[in-house]
Amino acid sequence: MYGRRGDTRRFFLYLSPWLAGFAVFTAYPFIYSIYLSFTNTTISGSGRFVGLGNYIRSFTREPLFLQSFGNSLYYVAVFTPLSIILGLLIAVLLNRRLPGINFFRSAYFMPYITAGVAVTMLWKWIFNPTYGIVNFILSLFGIPGPPWLNSPDWAMNTIIIINLWNIGNVIIIFLAALQEVPAHLYESALIDGASPAKSFFHVTLPMISPKIYFNLIMTVIFGFQMFTQPYVLTGGLGGPLNSTHTFMLYIFNTGFKYSEMGYASTLAWILFVVIMLFTQIFNLSSRFWVFEE
Amino acid sequence: MTIDNSIRGQKIARNIVLYVILVLLCIYFVFPLIWMLFTALKPVTEAYELPLRILPRHVTLSNFTRGWREVNFSRFLVNTILVAVPAVIGTLVSASLVAYGFSRFKVRYSAFFFSLLLATMMIPQQITLIPTYLIWSRFHLIDTYVPLILPSWLGGGAFNIFLLRQFISGIPKELDEAAFIDGANSFQIYTVIIIPCIRPALTAVGIMSMVYHWNDFFSPLIYLTSKKNFTIAIGLQFFQSSYGGNTNYQLMLAVAFVSLIPLILLFLFCQRYFIQGITTTGIKG
Repeated sequence: MYGRRGDTRRFFLYLSPWLAGFAVFTAYPFIYSIYLSFTNTTISGSGRFVGLGNYIRSFTREPLFLQSFGNSLYYVAVFTPLSIILGLLIAVLLNRRLPGINFFRSAYFMPYITAGVAVTMLWKWIFNPTYGIVNFILSLFGIPGPPWLNSPDWAMNTIIIINLWNIGNVIIIFLAALQEVPAHLYESALIDGASPAKSFFHVTLPMISPKIYFNLIMTVIFGFQMFTQPYVLTGGLGGPLNSTHTFMLYIFNTGFKYSEMGYASTLAWILFVVIMLFTQIFNLSSRFWVFEE
Repeated sequence: MTIDNSIRGQKIARNIVLYVILVLLCIYFVFPLIWMLFTALKPVTEAYELPLRILPRHVTLSNFTRGWREVNFSRFLVNTILVAVPAVIGTLVSASLVAYGFSRFKVRYSAFFFSLLLATMMIPQQITLIPTYLIWSRFHLIDTYVPLILPSWLGGGAFNIFLLRQFISGIPKELDEAAFIDGANSFQIYTVIIIPCIRPALTAVGIMSMVYHWNDFFSPLIYLTSKKNFTIAIGLQFFQSSYGGNTNYQLMLAVAFVSLIPLILLFLFCQRYFIQGITTTGIKG
């Protein structure tokens, strides 16, 4: 029945909601933001063309630019590998056919379900230097707990630790991937005398490499967009010595607090170019380690 | 005999180790929420008592009642429902329609549009954020719920369309054809055949969408300006630095915990469908 006349009409009919949304909320803003980045438009929508002024300004007259970028880069560089490795290990653990494993799978997904402002504030309480339970437990071992979110050295790391609690989405994608690996591959490996470790590295990893690639890219993209935690945990101002002033916070403050929408668009585009660079590097490297069937 | 026993012993030992790790991780993932509840149940004096006690000595519900009244939480709860429910419905309806189009109607340009769909997943929110805000501003829709709900009705997110499309592609076309022979048009096939078959995936999308909209902080932050319109995520902010510069965690945690209960219940109710929806779609990276 498919492949008959009128199918093109039907295709576009069913796609129409998305096509409309794409045109209005993706395509048009995409192009308009390029134009905005060359203006000094304010929140009222009025502004003048300033050429490359915004771009030059970001590199020369805004110390916060480099610092924000550095903070976000640090976060992405540290959080991404940690979350992927941890997520994979947990998924491997959850993949076992142990009785009651479904209970654990649901329990491990709780953070994702409850993630938001509420839980973020909870973590602020947990890491409270005086009354927080983390420092309390550390003190039981005689370790003096650091000031966590109040310390310029520890604040960003605390955010990373907190976000590692929230990797349910990574886990579930890896879990799905692990369950798709054909059992006969493991059997063949076993017959060939492979140890569990060997079969993990030579059967499991290659077979799930597309999902590793997917999680990698998604984690990097979302990592640069992290906003709620720095905003809620350390206030909209960027934390101790601006150590948690992420690039997303910088864009938000620029556009919505200081009303400089033109400059904020410039920042967004610089970030986009950086993300594209990352994506391209991953893309090119994928030939060497992503196994496509 | 002895070899069998030692192998069995090894297996049992290994399983014990695995269970220990599972339970430890379970504590890691669930304990913070339990700690939230315990702190909320403690009277003010106890929570700030050093050394810390885990279990409350006196259980009190005063934090819940006081916190609720202090910020008029009922209003925030209602607002959040007013935003989340239409948004989730919109996502389910439009994403499934678009996914049906992508999956069943392979016309000349369908591959191009599908690549376009995937590409949009890579565009960071910051790029479209500002122009989109300016658009809403020009139509005087700031401080309404339209910017928060309407996008969900126009496709509901590329990832959701992608997920559903993969799932629909797994349904045998023979079912469609049988219905067609019985005189069904494409929309009837969509409602009668496709929708019932993709229930697990719809559940997954529904839950993910509900979690997203219920917990969304950023969009309400920029689009809502008057207190009467705030959602829970923004409303919780009122507990920060409103008591002489110090956050009253107890009231806040109590109210926050209540705001999480609907999500937790929803998830527990649908978890089987949810896990099934994610794991059997064959998400190909």
